Amino acid sequence: MTLQITQTLDARGLSCPMPIVKTAQAIKTIPSGGLIEVLATDPGSVKDFAAWSRTTGNELVEQTTDSGVFRFVLRRK
Amino acid sequence: MGEPLNVVLFSGTDDKLQAAAVLTAGAAALGKPVNLFLQYWALDAFRADRIEQDHGLAPEAGAEGRVAVDGLRAAGQASWADTLRQAKELGGVDIEACSLSMDLLHLTPADLDPLVDGVEGVTAFYLNAGEGQVVFI
Repeated sequence: MTLQITQTLDARGLSCPMPIVKTAQAIKTIPSGGLIEVLATDPGSVKDFAAWSRTTGNELVEQTTDSGVFRFVLRRK
Repeated sequence: MGEPLNVVLFSGTDDKLQAAAVLTAGAAALGKPVNLFLQYWALDAFRADRIEQDHGLAPEAGAEGRVAVDGLRAAGQASWADTLRQAKELGGVDIEACSLSMDLLHLTPADLDPLVDGVEGVTAFYLNAGEGQVVFI
């Protein structure tokens, strides 16, 4: 089943902490239960998104890596 | 998210201001309140007429550090002032000028960049800090 993405955020090329900051801003614009997809190249983002998800309660639904690009799908709490 | 993070920002070089801005933005993204207290040379860097200028690097950076910092900036890294602006958009970030440092530098609130929310003394800083950690940079 394909996930129904509400919004995609391209954070590739941004350094820490901007991928998380942009995600925290963007997730406020989608409805509760909506999905946001984030693309990032910051090597710290794998641990950062896991920590952000745990702390804020926005669920990390999916995480993949493809040729140096990390992709995260989060569900707004 | 619980107690605030309290950062006493004393240093006015771009590397230390960048580090403080990153700490601030990270906390703000987690929903943690942040109090930034600007003293001495950090406050000077927040002057409206100087905030976008080059503030140099800490002495330990050396020539190699200068090249590294310039490289990151050329790759599109947000400046510390931009990082703080984005952190403030997330909410929960309060930036206050130390009143003693205002006197020291002969500044009035009108001299400061709009990033600065107000002027306060150390007592107000501690009151707002509550039981949260205090970080000195």
